[in-house]
Amino acid sequence: MSDVGAMLLEILRDTVLAIMPIGLLLVFFQTVIIRRRLPDIRRILVGFALIIAGMVLFLAGLGEALFPLGRLMAAQLTDPAFVGGLGPDGTAQWQSYGWVYVFGGLIGFATTIAEPALIAVSMKAAVVSGGTINAWGLRLVVAVGVAIGISLGCFRIVTGTSLPAYIIVGYVFVSLQAFRAPRTILALAFDTGGVTTSTVTVPLVTALGLGLAGSIPGRSPLVDGFGLIAFASLFPIMTVMGYAQLGEWRTRNKQASPTQEV
Amino acid sequence: MVKEVLTGLATDLRGAVRDLLPIVLVVGFFQILVLRAPLPNLDGILVGSIGVVLGLALFIRGLDMGLFPIGEAMAHGLARRGSIVWLVIFAFTLGFSTTVAEPALIAIADEAAAVRAADGALAATAGSQASYALGLRLTVALSVGAALVVGVVRIIKGWPIQYFIIGGYIGVLILTLFAPHDIIGIAYDSGGVTTSTVTVPLATALGVGLATAIKGRNPMIDGFGLIAFASLTPMMFVMAYGIFV
Repeated sequence: MSDVGAMLLEILRDTVLAIMPIGLLLVFFQTVIIRRRLPDIRRILVGFALIIAGMVLFLAGLGEALFPLGRLMAAQLTDPAFVGGLGPDGTAQWQSYGWVYVFGGLIGFATTIAEPALIAVSMKAAVVSGGTINAWGLRLVVAVGVAIGISLGCFRIVTGTSLPAYIIVGYVFVSLQAFRAPRTILALAFDTGGVTTSTVTVPLVTALGLGLAGSIPGRSPLVDGFGLIAFASLFPIMTVMGYAQLGEWRTRNKQASPTQEV
Repeated sequence: MVKEVLTGLATDLRGAVRDLLPIVLVVGFFQILVLRAPLPNLDGILVGSIGVVLGLALFIRGLDMGLFPIGEAMAHGLARRGSIVWLVIFAFTLGFSTTVAEPALIAIADEAAAVRAADGALAATAGSQASYALGLRLTVALSVGAALVVGVVRIIKGWPIQYFIIGGYIGVLILTLFAPHDIIGIAYDSGGVTTSTVTVPLATALGVGLATAIKGRNPMIDGFGLIAFASLTPMMFVMAYGIFV
Protein backbone atom coordinates (compact mmCIF):
# COMPACT_ATOMS: atom_id res chain seq x y z
CA MET A 1 0.00 0.00 0.00
CA SER A 2 2.92 2.35 0.72
CA ASP A 3 4.09 1.70 -2.84
CA VAL A 4 0.83 3.09 -4.15
CA GLY A 5 1.15 6.11 -1.88
CA ALA A 6 4.70 6.78 -3.07
CA MET A 7 3.62 6.44 -6.71
CA LEU A 8 0.68 8.82 -6.22
CA LEU A 9 2.97 11.35 -4.54
CA GLU A 10 5.46 11.14 -7.40
CA ILE A 11 2.74 11.66 -10.04
CA LEU A 12 1.31 14.51 -7.94
CA ARG A 13 4.73 16.18 -7.87
CA ASP A 14 5.17 15.81 -11.67
CA THR A 15 1.66 17.13 -12.36
CA VAL A 16 2.07 20.13 -10.08
CA LEU A 17 5.46 20.88 -11.65
CA ALA A 18 3.89 20.68 -15.12
CA ILE A 19 1.04 23.02 -14.20
CA MET A 20 3.21 25.46 -12.23
CA PRO A 21 4.47 27.55 -15.20
CA ILE A 22 0.89 28.02 -16.41
CA GLY A 23 -0.27 28.95 -12.92
CA LEU A 24 2.52 31.52 -12.48
CA LEU A 25 1.81 32.96 -15.93
CA LEU A 26 -1.91 33.31 -15.20
CA VAL A 27 -1.30 34.89 -11.78
CA PHE A 28 1.25 37.35 -13.21
CA PHE A 29 -0.97 38.51 -16.06
CA GLN A 30 -4.08 38.64 -13.92
CA THR A 31 -2.52 40.72 -11.14
CA VAL A 32 0.05 42.85 -12.99
CA ILE A 33 -1.32 43.36 -16.51
CA ILE A 34 -5.08 42.93 -16.48
CA ARG A 35 -5.60 44.10 -12.88
CA ARG A 36 -9.23 43.11 -12.83
CA ARG A 37 -10.72 40.79 -10.24
CA LEU A 38 -11.67 37.39 -11.52
CA PRO A 39 -15.43 36.80 -11.46
CA ASP A 40 -15.36 33.83 -9.10
CA ILE A 41 -11.87 33.12 -7.85
CA ARG A 42 -12.87 30.38 -5.39
CA ARG A 43 -14.66 28.42 -8.08
CA ILE A 44 -11.60 28.62 -10.36
CA LEU A 45 -9.27 27.44 -7.59
CA VAL A 46 -11.56 24.48 -6.87
CA GLY A 47 -11.53 23.77 -10.61
CA PHE A 48 -7.73 23.71 -10.66
CA ALA A 49 -7.65 21.41 -7.63
CA LEU A 50 -10.07 19.06 -9.42
CA ILE A 51 -7.88 19.11 -12.54
CA ILE A 52 -4.77 18.20 -10.58
CA ALA A 53 -6.56 15.48 -8.60
CA GLY A 54 -8.15 14.18 -11.81
CA MET A 55 -4.87 14.01 -13.69
CA VAL A 56 -3.11 12.22 -10.83
CA LEU A 57 -5.81 9.54 -10.56
CA PHE A 58 -6.05 9.24 -14.34
CA LEU A 59 -2.30 8.85 -14.90
CA ALA A 60 -1.89 6.51 -11.93
CA GLY A 61 -4.76 4.33 -13.16
CA LEU A 62 -3.39 4.16 -16.68
CA GLY A 63 0.15 3.47 -15.53
CA GLU A 64 -0.98 0.82 -13.07
CA ALA A 65 -3.51 -1.04 -15.17
CA LEU A 66 -3.70 -0.36 -18.85
CA PHE A 67 -0.26 0.68 -20.07
CA PRO A 68 1.64 -2.43 -18.92
CA LEU A 69 -0.99 -4.68 -20.50
CA GLY A 70 -1.13 -2.67 -23.72
CA ARG A 71 2.65 -2.70 -24.06
CA LEU A 72 2.77 -6.41 -23.37
CA MET A 73 0.12 -7.03 -26.03
CA ALA A 74 1.93 -4.88 -28.58
CA ALA A 75 5.06 -6.94 -27.93
CA GLN A 76 3.19 -10.26 -28.18
CA LEU A 77 1.32 -9.35 -31.36
CA THR A 78 4.50 -8.27 -33.15
CA ASP A 79 6.52 -11.25 -31.93
CA PRO A 80 7.67 -13.31 -34.96
CA ALA A 81 6.65 -16.47 -33.05
CA PHE A 82 3.03 -15.25 -33.04
CA VAL A 83 3.02 -13.65 -36.49
CA GLY A 84 5.06 -16.28 -38.33
CA GLY A 85 5.34 -13.58 -40.95
CA LEU A 86 8.79 -14.22 -42.35
CA GLY A 87 9.00 -15.44 -45.93
CA PRO A 88 11.44 -18.07 -47.23
CA ASP A 89 14.07 -15.39 -47.79
CA GLY A 90 13.73 -14.15 -44.20
CA THR A 91 11.90 -10.93 -45.05
CA ALA A 92 8.63 -9.80 -43.52
CA GLN A 93 5.46 -10.46 -45.52
CA TRP A 94 2.90 -7.78 -44.96
CA GLN A 95 -0.10 -10.10 -45.35
CA SER A 96 0.81 -12.02 -42.18
CA TYR A 97 0.49 -8.96 -39.97
CA GLY A 98 -3.31 -8.74 -40.20
CA TRP A 99 -3.87 -8.78 -36.43
CA VAL A 100 -1.33 -6.00 -36.01
CA TYR A 101 -3.29 -3.69 -38.35
CA VAL A 102 -6.55 -4.57 -36.59
CA PHE A 103 -5.03 -4.05 -33.14
CA GLY A 104 -3.40 -0.78 -34.21
CA GLY A 105 -6.66 0.56 -35.59
CA LEU A 106 -8.81 -0.52 -32.63
CA ILE A 107 -6.40 0.63 -29.93
CA GLY A 108 -5.99 3.95 -31.78
CA PHE A 109 -9.77 4.37 -31.82
CA ALA A 110 -10.17 3.36 -28.17
CA THR A 111 -7.39 5.55 -26.78
CA THR A 112 -8.59 8.58 -28.76
CA ILE A 113 -12.06 8.30 -27.22
CA ALA A 114 -10.46 8.50 -23.76
CA GLU A 115 -8.10 11.39 -24.63
CA PRO A 116 -8.79 14.30 -22.19
CA ALA A 117 -7.43 17.02 -24.55
CA LEU A 118 -9.84 15.92 -27.28
CA ILE A 119 -12.74 15.89 -24.80
CA ALA A 120 -11.88 19.49 -23.91
CA VAL A 121 -11.77 20.68 -27.52
CA SER A 122 -15.01 18.93 -28.49
CA MET A 123 -16.82 20.35 -25.42
CA LYS A 124 -15.74 23.81 -26.56
CA ALA A 125 -16.66 23.14 -30.20
CA ALA A 126 -20.17 22.00 -29.20
CA VAL A 127 -20.75 25.21 -27.22
CA VAL A 128 -19.23 27.55 -29.83
CA SER A 129 -21.12 26.00 -32.74
CA GLY A 130 -24.38 26.41 -30.83
CA GLY A 131 -25.00 22.66 -30.90
CA THR A 132 -24.47 22.19 -34.65
CA ILE A 133 -21.44 20.10 -33.76
CA ASN A 134 -22.15 17.24 -31.43
CA ALA A 135 -19.26 16.69 -28.97
CA TRP A 136 -19.57 12.91 -28.93
CA GLY A 137 -19.98 12.73 -32.72
CA LEU A 138 -16.87 14.83 -33.28
CA ARG A 139 -14.87 12.53 -31.02
CA LEU A 140 -16.08 9.45 -32.90
CA VAL A 141 -15.11 10.98 -36.25
CA VAL A 142 -11.67 11.92 -34.93
CA ALA A 143 -11.20 8.43 -33.45
CA VAL A 144 -12.04 6.84 -36.81
CA GLY A 145 -9.36 9.04 -38.40
CA VAL A 146 -6.80 7.96 -35.82
CA ALA A 147 -7.75 4.29 -36.37
CA ILE A 148 -7.18 4.58 -40.14
CA GLY A 149 -3.93 6.45 -39.55
CA ILE A 150 -2.45 3.91 -37.12
CA SER A 151 -3.45 0.92 -39.28
CA LEU A 152 -1.83 2.47 -42.34
CA GLY A 153 1.18 3.49 -40.27
CA CYS A 154 1.65 -0.14 -39.12
CA PHE A 155 1.43 -1.26 -42.75
CA ARG A 156 4.13 1.25 -43.62
CA ILE A 157 6.47 -0.02 -40.89
CA VAL A 158 5.95 -3.65 -41.98
CA THR A 159 6.55 -2.88 -45.67
CA GLY A 160 9.37 -0.46 -44.91
CA THR A 161 8.04 2.09 -47.41
CA SER A 162 9.03 5.75 -47.25
CA LEU A 163 7.39 7.82 -44.50
CA PRO A 164 7.70 11.21 -46.30
CA ALA A 165 5.97 9.74 -49.38
CA TYR A 166 2.83 8.91 -47.37
CA ILE A 167 2.87 12.23 -45.54
CA ILE A 168 3.31 14.22 -48.78
CA VAL A 169 0.31 12.48 -50.39
CA GLY A 170 -1.65 13.16 -47.19
CA TYR A 171 -0.68 16.85 -47.22
CA VAL A 172 -1.71 17.27 -50.85
CA PHE A 173 -5.05 15.58 -50.10
CA VAL A 174 -5.70 17.72 -47.00
CA SER A 175 -4.77 20.90 -48.89
CA LEU A 176 -7.18 20.14 -51.74
CA GLN A 177 -9.90 19.13 -49.26
CA ALA A 178 -9.42 22.42 -47.37
CA PHE A 179 -10.61 24.35 -50.43
CA ARG A 180 -13.79 22.29 -50.74
CA ALA A 181 -14.77 21.85 -47.07
CA PRO A 182 -17.15 24.28 -45.28
CA ARG A 183 -15.18 27.26 -43.96
CA THR A 184 -16.52 26.92 -40.43
CA ILE A 185 -14.93 23.50 -39.91
CA LEU A 186 -11.38 24.23 -41.16
CA ALA A 187 -9.74 25.62 -38.01
CA LEU A 188 -11.33 22.96 -35.81
CA ALA A 189 -10.31 20.18 -38.22
CA PHE A 190 -6.67 21.32 -38.19
CA ASP A 191 -6.77 21.54 -34.39
CA THR A 192 -7.97 17.96 -34.00
CA GLY A 193 -4.76 16.80 -35.67
CA GLY A 194 -2.75 18.06 -32.72
CA VAL A 195 -5.01 17.00 -29.86
CA THR A 196 -5.66 13.37 -30.76
CA THR A 197 -2.26 12.16 -29.73
CA SER A 198 -1.62 12.91 -26.11
CA THR A 199 -1.52 11.31 -22.66
CA VAL A 200 -3.28 8.05 -23.50
CA THR A 201 -2.46 7.42 -27.15
CA VAL A 202 1.25 8.25 -27.38
CA PRO A 203 2.67 5.68 -24.92
CA LEU A 204 0.67 2.76 -26.34
CA VAL A 205 1.17 3.67 -29.99
CA THR A 206 4.90 4.29 -29.51
CA ALA A 207 5.21 0.85 -27.90
CA LEU A 208 3.45 -0.68 -30.90
CA GLY A 209 5.73 1.07 -33.41
CA LEU A 210 8.94 0.23 -31.56
CA GLY A 211 7.85 -3.41 -31.05
CA LEU A 212 6.97 -3.76 -34.72
CA ALA A 213 10.18 -2.21 -36.01
CA GLY A 214 12.25 -4.23 -33.55
CA SER A 215 10.76 -7.59 -34.58
CA ILE A 216 11.21 -7.22 -38.35
CA PRO A 217 14.65 -8.14 -39.68
CA GLY A 218 16.66 -5.22 -41.02
CA ARG A 219 14.57 -2.52 -39.32
CA SER A 220 15.94 -0.33 -36.60
CA PRO A 221 13.47 0.69 -33.86
CA LEU A 222 15.28 3.99 -33.51
CA VAL A 223 14.74 4.96 -37.15
CA ASP A 224 11.78 2.94 -38.49
CA GLY A 225 9.75 2.80 -35.28
CA PHE A 226 8.59 6.39 -35.59
CA GLY A 227 5.91 7.88 -37.79
CA LEU A 228 2.76 6.39 -36.23
CA ILE A 229 2.00 9.62 -34.33
CA ALA A 230 2.42 11.58 -37.58
CA PHE A 231 -0.19 9.34 -39.25
CA ALA A 232 -2.48 9.66 -36.22
CA SER A 233 -2.27 13.47 -36.42
CA LEU A 234 -2.91 13.65 -40.17
CA PHE A 235 -5.94 11.41 -40.77
CA PRO A 236 -8.34 13.01 -38.26
CA ILE A 237 -8.00 16.27 -40.23
CA MET A 238 -9.30 14.40 -43.28
CA THR A 239 -12.14 12.60 -41.50
CA VAL A 240 -13.36 15.76 -39.71
CA MET A 241 -13.40 17.77 -42.96
CA GLY A 242 -14.96 14.83 -44.77
CA TYR A 243 -17.68 14.54 -42.13
CA ALA A 244 -18.49 18.25 -42.49
CA GLN A 245 -18.59 17.89 -46.28
CA LEU A 246 -20.94 14.94 -45.96
CA GLY A 247 -23.24 16.94 -43.67
CA GLU A 248 -23.28 19.85 -46.09
CA TRP A 249 -24.00 17.57 -49.03
CA ARG A 250 -26.90 15.93 -47.17
CA THR A 251 -28.49 19.26 -46.24
CA ARG A 252 -28.22 20.34 -49.86
CA ASN A 253 -29.96 17.17 -51.00
CA LYS A 254 -32.63 17.60 -48.36
CA GLN A 255 -33.27 21.16 -49.53
CA ALA A 256 -33.45 19.97 -53.14
CA SER A 257 -35.86 17.05 -52.59
CA PRO A 258 -39.04 18.83 -51.26
CA THR A 259 -39.49 20.55 -54.65
CA GLN A 260 -40.02 17.12 -56.17
CA GLU A 261 -42.63 16.19 -53.58
CA VAL A 262 -44.58 19.36 -54.32
CA MET B 1 -20.10 24.94 -4.80
CA VAL B 2 -19.78 21.51 -3.20
CA LYS B 3 -23.26 20.83 -4.52
CA GLU B 4 -22.19 21.91 -8.01
CA VAL B 5 -19.25 19.50 -7.95
CA LEU B 6 -21.35 16.60 -6.71
CA THR B 7 -24.41 17.00 -8.94
CA GLY B 8 -22.31 17.17 -12.09
CA LEU B 9 -20.12 14.31 -10.99
CA ALA B 10 -22.74 11.60 -11.51
CA THR B 11 -23.12 12.54 -15.20
CA ASP B 12 -19.37 12.94 -15.58
CA LEU B 13 -18.76 9.50 -14.07
CA ARG B 14 -21.18 7.89 -16.51
CA GLY B 15 -19.42 9.67 -19.38
CA ALA B 16 -16.01 8.56 -18.11
CA VAL B 17 -17.10 4.91 -17.95
CA ARG B 18 -18.26 5.21 -21.56
CA ASP B 19 -14.92 6.79 -22.54
CA LEU B 20 -12.88 4.03 -20.96
CA LEU B 21 -15.03 1.14 -22.18
CA PRO B 22 -13.51 0.89 -25.70
CA ILE B 23 -9.99 0.39 -24.30
CA VAL B 24 -11.20 -2.32 -21.94
CA LEU B 25 -13.07 -4.07 -24.77
CA VAL B 26 -10.13 -3.94 -27.21
CA VAL B 27 -7.62 -5.15 -24.63
CA GLY B 28 -9.99 -7.88 -23.41
CA PHE B 29 -10.80 -9.04 -26.96
CA PHE B 30 -7.16 -9.39 -27.96
CA GLN B 31 -6.00 -10.90 -24.71
CA ILE B 32 -8.72 -13.56 -24.52
CA LEU B 33 -9.65 -14.33 -28.14
CA VAL B 34 -6.55 -13.55 -30.19
CA LEU B 35 -3.61 -14.15 -27.88
CA ARG B 36 -5.65 -16.67 -25.82
CA ALA B 37 -3.97 -15.75 -22.58
CA PRO B 38 -5.66 -15.02 -19.24
CA LEU B 39 -5.69 -11.42 -18.04
CA PRO B 40 -2.73 -11.00 -15.70
CA ASN B 41 -3.06 -8.93 -12.52
CA LEU B 42 -6.86 -8.62 -12.67
CA ASP B 43 -7.07 -6.74 -9.33
CA GLY B 44 -4.59 -4.13 -10.54
CA ILE B 45 -6.55 -3.63 -13.75
CA LEU B 46 -9.82 -3.14 -11.86
CA VAL B 47 -8.33 -0.68 -9.35
CA GLY B 48 -6.52 1.16 -12.15
CA SER B 49 -9.70 1.42 -14.23
CA ILE B 50 -11.57 2.93 -11.28
CA GLY B 51 -8.72 5.45 -10.96
CA VAL B 52 -8.96 6.33 -14.66
CA VAL B 53 -12.74 6.78 -14.55
CA LEU B 54 -12.67 8.92 -11.38
CA GLY B 55 -9.73 10.94 -12.68
CA LEU B 56 -11.39 11.65 -16.02
CA ALA B 57 -14.62 12.75 -14.34
CA LEU B 58 -12.79 15.11 -11.95
CA PHE B 59 -10.68 16.50 -14.81
CA ILE B 60 -13.74 17.35 -16.91
CA ARG B 61 -15.48 19.04 -13.94
CA GLY B 62 -12.26 20.99 -13.35
CA LEU B 63 -12.20 22.11 -16.99
CA ASP B 64 -15.65 23.64 -16.67
CA MET B 65 -14.97 25.28 -13.31
CA GLY B 66 -11.33 26.35 -13.61
CA LEU B 67 -9.45 26.12 -16.89
CA PHE B 68 -12.12 27.26 -19.37
CA PRO B 69 -13.36 30.25 -17.32
CA ILE B 70 -9.86 31.54 -16.60
CA GLY B 71 -8.76 31.11 -20.22
CA GLU B 72 -11.74 33.11 -21.40
CA ALA B 73 -11.40 35.72 -18.63
CA MET B 74 -7.77 36.26 -19.68
CA ALA B 75 -8.72 36.54 -23.35
CA HIS B 76 -11.45 39.08 -22.59
CA GLY B 77 -9.25 41.00 -20.17
CA LEU B 78 -6.39 41.25 -22.66
CA ALA B 79 -8.71 42.13 -25.54
CA ARG B 80 -10.42 44.83 -23.45
CA ARG B 81 -7.06 46.30 -22.51
CA GLY B 82 -6.47 46.63 -26.24
CA SER B 83 -2.75 45.97 -26.07
CA ILE B 84 -1.55 43.66 -28.82
CA VAL B 85 1.95 43.67 -27.31
CA TRP B 86 0.80 42.10 -24.02
CA LEU B 87 -1.39 39.64 -25.87
CA VAL B 88 1.58 38.54 -27.97
CA ILE B 89 3.81 38.27 -24.90
CA PHE B 90 1.14 36.20 -23.15
CA ALA B 91 0.76 33.85 -26.14
CA PHE B 92 4.52 33.40 -26.49
CA THR B 93 5.08 32.73 -22.78
CA LEU B 94 2.17 30.27 -22.70
CA GLY B 95 3.60 28.29 -25.63
CA PHE B 96 7.22 28.40 -24.46
CA SER B 97 6.73 27.67 -20.76
CA THR B 98 4.33 24.76 -21.23
CA THR B 99 6.45 23.11 -23.93
CA VAL B 100 9.95 23.36 -22.53
CA ALA B 101 9.18 21.01 -19.61
CA GLU B 102 6.80 18.72 -21.53
CA PRO B 103 7.80 15.08 -20.76
CA ALA B 104 6.96 13.87 -24.29
CA LEU B 105 9.28 16.50 -25.76
CA ILE B 106 12.09 15.56 -23.37
CA ALA B 107 11.77 11.93 -24.53
CA ILE B 108 11.78 12.96 -28.22
CA ALA B 109 14.83 15.22 -27.79
CA ASP B 110 16.80 12.43 -26.07
CA GLU B 111 15.89 10.01 -28.87
CA ALA B 112 16.94 12.49 -31.55
CA ALA B 113 20.30 12.94 -29.81
CA ALA B 114 20.76 9.14 -29.64
CA VAL B 115 19.98 8.81 -33.36
CA ARG B 116 22.44 11.54 -34.28
CA ALA B 117 25.12 9.93 -32.11
CA ALA B 118 24.52 6.53 -33.77
CA ASP B 119 24.96 8.32 -37.11
CA GLY B 120 28.34 9.62 -36.09
CA ALA B 121 27.09 13.18 -36.58
CA LEU B 122 27.49 13.78 -32.87
CA ALA B 123 30.24 12.76 -30.47
CA ALA B 124 29.04 9.66 -28.63
CA THR B 125 29.59 11.18 -25.19
CA ALA B 126 26.81 11.75 -22.70
CA GLY B 127 27.72 15.44 -22.46
CA SER B 128 27.42 16.26 -26.15
CA GLN B 129 24.16 14.30 -26.41
CA ALA B 130 22.69 16.11 -23.41
CA SER B 131 23.58 19.55 -24.79
CA TYR B 132 22.18 18.58 -28.21
CA ALA B 133 18.92 17.44 -26.59
CA LEU B 134 18.65 20.59 -24.48
CA GLY B 135 19.24 22.80 -27.53
CA LEU B 136 16.55 20.91 -29.40
CA ARG B 137 14.07 21.33 -26.52
CA LEU B 138 14.68 25.07 -26.37
CA THR B 139 14.29 25.31 -30.17
CA VAL B 140 10.97 23.46 -30.15
CA ALA B 141 9.68 25.47 -27.18
CA LEU B 142 10.58 28.67 -29.05
CA SER B 143 8.76 27.33 -32.09
CA VAL B 144 5.58 26.61 -30.11
CA GLY B 145 5.75 30.09 -28.57
CA ALA B 146 6.15 31.58 -32.05
CA ALA B 147 3.27 29.42 -33.34
CA LEU B 148 0.89 30.76 -30.68
CA VAL B 149 1.98 34.34 -31.48
CA VAL B 150 1.24 33.84 -35.19
CA GLY B 151 -2.04 32.12 -34.26
CA VAL B 152 -3.15 34.99 -32.01
CA VAL B 153 -2.26 37.60 -34.65
CA ARG B 154 -4.24 35.56 -37.18
CA ILE B 155 -7.30 35.62 -34.88
CA ILE B 156 -6.99 39.39 -34.39
CA LYS B 157 -6.67 40.02 -38.13
CA GLY B 158 -9.17 37.33 -39.17
CA TRP B 159 -6.88 35.82 -41.80
CA PRO B 160 -8.05 32.47 -43.27
CA ILE B 161 -6.26 29.54 -41.65
CA GLN B 162 -5.79 27.25 -44.64
CA TYR B 163 -3.07 29.37 -46.29
CA PHE B 164 -0.98 29.23 -43.12
CA ILE B 165 -1.37 25.47 -42.83
CA ILE B 166 -0.59 24.84 -46.49
CA GLY B 167 2.40 27.17 -46.22
CA GLY B 168 3.55 25.15 -43.22
CA TYR B 169 3.12 21.88 -45.15
CA ILE B 170 5.29 23.28 -47.96
CA GLY B 171 7.91 24.26 -45.37
CA VAL B 172 7.84 20.72 -43.92
CA LEU B 173 8.27 19.20 -47.39
CA ILE B 174 11.21 21.45 -48.32
CA LEU B 175 12.97 20.73 -45.02
CA THR B 176 12.37 16.98 -45.53
CA LEU B 177 14.53 17.14 -48.67
CA PHE B 178 17.52 18.46 -46.74
CA ALA B 179 17.07 16.97 -43.27
CA PRO B 180 19.27 14.07 -42.13
CA HIS B 181 17.37 10.92 -43.12
CA ASP B 182 17.28 9.44 -39.62
CA ILE B 183 15.69 12.40 -37.96
CA ILE B 184 12.64 12.69 -40.25
CA GLY B 185 10.48 10.14 -38.40
CA ILE B 186 11.16 11.72 -35.02
CA ALA B 187 10.51 15.20 -36.44
CA TYR B 188 7.15 14.16 -37.94
CA ASP B 189 6.08 12.59 -34.64
CA SER B 190 7.15 15.62 -32.60
CA GLY B 191 4.28 17.66 -34.06
CA GLY B 192 1.62 15.60 -32.35
CA VAL B 193 3.13 15.27 -28.91
CA THR B 194 4.15 18.77 -27.88
CA THR B 195 0.71 20.03 -26.91
CA SER B 196 -0.20 18.80 -23.45
CA THR B 197 -3.47 18.04 -21.70
CA VAL B 198 -3.47 21.34 -19.82
CA THR B 199 -2.17 23.52 -22.67
CA VAL B 200 -4.88 22.41 -25.12
CA PRO B 201 -7.94 23.52 -23.09
CA LEU B 202 -6.24 26.79 -22.13
CA ALA B 203 -5.16 27.62 -25.70
CA THR B 204 -8.63 26.71 -26.99
CA ALA B 205 -10.33 28.91 -24.41
CA LEU B 206 -7.91 31.73 -25.24
CA GLY B 207 -8.57 31.51 -28.99
CA VAL B 208 -12.32 31.21 -28.68
CA GLY B 209 -12.41 33.95 -26.03
CA LEU B 210 -10.43 36.31 -28.27
CA ALA B 211 -12.61 35.62 -31.30
CA THR B 212 -15.70 36.28 -29.18
CA ALA B 213 -14.33 39.51 -27.69
CA ILE B 214 -13.12 41.03 -30.97
CA LYS B 215 -15.88 42.52 -33.09
CA GLY B 216 -16.37 40.93 -36.49
CA ARG B 217 -14.66 37.63 -35.64
CA ASN B 218 -16.53 34.36 -35.72
CA PRO B 219 -15.46 32.08 -32.83
CA MET B 220 -15.98 28.99 -34.99
CA ILE B 221 -13.97 30.20 -38.01
CA ASP B 222 -11.36 32.29 -36.18
CA GLY B 223 -11.29 30.95 -32.63
CA PHE B 224 -9.82 27.52 -33.24
CA GLY B 225 -6.47 26.87 -34.91
CA LEU B 226 -3.94 27.71 -32.18
CA ILE B 227 -3.23 24.01 -31.55
CA ALA B 228 -2.91 23.40 -35.29
CA PHE B 229 -0.07 25.93 -35.49
CA ALA B 230 1.55 24.59 -32.34
CA SER B 231 1.67 21.08 -33.81
CA LEU B 232 3.06 22.18 -37.18
CA THR B 233 6.05 24.30 -36.20
CA PRO B 234 7.87 21.63 -34.10
CA MET B 235 8.12 19.40 -37.20
CA MET B 236 9.93 22.15 -39.08
CA PHE B 237 12.15 23.19 -36.19
CA VAL B 238 13.28 19.65 -35.32
CA MET B 239 14.34 19.09 -38.95
CA ALA B 240 15.99 22.51 -39.23
CA TYR B 241 17.84 21.79 -35.99
CA GLY B 242 19.03 18.50 -37.49
CA ILE B 243 20.31 20.31 -40.59
CA PHE B 244 22.12 23.17 -38.90
CA VAL B 245 23.37 21.71 -35.60
